[in-house]
Amino acid sequence: MKKIIATLLLMTFSSSLFAADVITVKGSDTMVILAQRWAELYMKKNPNVTIQVTGGGSGTGISALINGTTDICNASRPMKPSEKQKLKHRFSSLGVEIKTAKDGIAIYVSEKNPIKELTLQQVKDIYTGNITNWKDVGGADSRIILYSRENNSGTYVYFKENVLDDEDYSPSCQNMPGTAALVNAVSKDPNGIGYGGAAYAKGIREVAIKADADSPALLPAAENVKSGQYPITRFLFMYVKSKPTGAMKEYVDWILSEEGQSIVSKVGYFPLR
Amino acid sequence: MQSRGAIKNKMMKKRFRWSEFLAEKLITATAFISFAFIILIFIFVFRETLPIFSPPEPVVNVEELGEQETYGDLVLSDAEKAAEEKEKSKVAAEEGVTVENLAGERWQPVSSKPKYGLIPLVVGSLKVSLIAILFAAPIGILAALFTAAFAPKWGKEMLKPAIEILAGFPSVVIGFFALVVLATFIQDAFGLEYRLNAFVGGLALSLAVIPIIFTISEDAIAAVPKSLTEASLALGATKWQTALKVVLPAATPGIFAAVILGIGRAFGETMIVLMATGNAALVSADLFEPVRTMSATIGAEMAEVVFGETHYNVLFAIGSILFLFTFTLNAIAEIFVRQRLMKKFKGN
Repeated sequence: MKKIIATLLLMTFSSSLFAADVITVKGSDTMVILAQRWAELYMKKNPNVTIQVTGGGSGTGISALINGTTDICNASRPMKPSEKQKLKHRFSSLGVEIKTAKDGIAIYVSEKNPIKELTLQQVKDIYTGNITNWKDVGGADSRIILYSRENNSGTYVYFKENVLDDEDYSPSCQNMPGTAALVNAVSKDPNGIGYGGAAYAKGIREVAIKADADSPALLPAAENVKSGQYPITRFLFMYVKSKPTGAMKEYVDWILSEEGQSIVSKVGYFPLR
Repeated sequence: MQSRGAIKNKMMKKRFRWSEFLAEKLITATAFISFAFIILIFIFVFRETLPIFSPPEPVVNVEELGEQETYGDLVLSDAEKAAEEKEKSKVAAEEGVTVENLAGERWQPVSSKPKYGLIPLVVGSLKVSLIAILFAAPIGILAALFTAAFAPKWGKEMLKPAIEILAGFPSVVIGFFALVVLATFIQDAFGLEYRLNAFVGGLALSLAVIPIIFTISEDAIAAVPKSLTEASLALGATKWQTALKVVLPAATPGIFAAVILGIGRAFGETMIVLMATGNAALVSADLFEPVRTMSATIGAEMAEVVFGETHYNVLFAIGSILFLFTFTLNAIAEIFVRQRLMKKFKGN
């Protein structure tokens, strides 16, 4: 019995001595797999650092940063002024933004849909409800069924601000809980249209997007997203309270290094360069 | 002098047993704790709703706030710089939040001008619950009648547990089934425009409601005194006549309570409707259009809402409405069972 207690004591002591570097990461669901992969690999190389990754969404992550319950916040959208103000109020710092990867938002339709390309304006008109029939964009004469992510998703906000120019989604837009449900719905609906991260599911096809009528139609492929030519490209961010130091700086630098960036493309996003 | 037995009796009476005392207090405490929990949840939900009526936050002055630091040596290309500038100008246009109109017809809570119209959500909940109950009530009641009045003993022993297991079925599983299989089937069968709609959601929801209606109805029917059935049969009525004209009317209050509780369950169920109804906040009478229910709205949006924001408070307001609704329904059901049913059988 004494032995057990002694071992337990030793363990608590040693863990508090050696595992001094615990970094918590919280935020975007879009980035959670990427962040986990980063953490796993980094911990394997640096056993004295513990990195805890949780999702919850960009908004949740940012409020955790404001409340001081996380060290690093993942976000698939930039911080809002109101959020920066709250952070300043709490920590007298506006926070530091770190661009960690790029993501191209794909527009997809069912395989059975003949549409191959759309202009950004057409996508906007479709999602705001100005165009309701596929024949108006060169398809069959049938109603367009809109699928969107739920409004707690960073992708929903990004799409609304950058593709819809901040206009409201059409009320007939169906909100699906998660990318998987959305992809499933579009794959089963020949008149459906959806958006989200690059997905390689069966039954759907990505549509090439033109920035305007005269520009080339581009798919969200690596070279188009990396160069910023693909019109619906966004950064994936990490936010911290102040310039990273110590173990956190090493971790962030590693993510931005070639090794960290090589993981980005493995999980379906795009490295910064 | 007292007899020995009397003394012993007295001792028995007065002897104080700690274990008994503690057990009794423990049971009392448990009962009161669960009661206290309900009251606390009640208070919490309403307290979180209240700030809706407080004045909105002032608009943030972006210039005054200053630039945020960046980290990393990434140099942006021209296309990226342009996109970032565009983004910033948009963010600057962000406005303070007010709850202008909870009675509006648009639910767009994430927007530069959020619209918190609750009408489409209420309509959605009512529509889906109505469809669910239209399916579940007849099936549940008839199944209960069969089990209680017609089924042979082995059938009774098999049917009741089987349907009750359905009640313990995880709603995610029912929702997933509806999303993947049922929706396609219904769309092909009726040639519908929308694959996910109120009808599919309601149908899936009825799977969760049937066991509730069945169980309570079955209890009510089984509680009908044997004397009534025997009298009816003795007078020459057939089994069918007895079941429909004697047993069923006698059990009406209990069956009514079952249906009311079923509606409450349909109203509050989240996962099934979240997955199967399409979640578009439309106001229409068409049963084959997608709908967004109150419970699904909370389920989908609560996870990422910023605590203390107007959106958060509005979600709690929806929660309060749901709470009041189911509370009223349960109260009605309770009154019906307690007062009507019991009175009937006690024979005043």
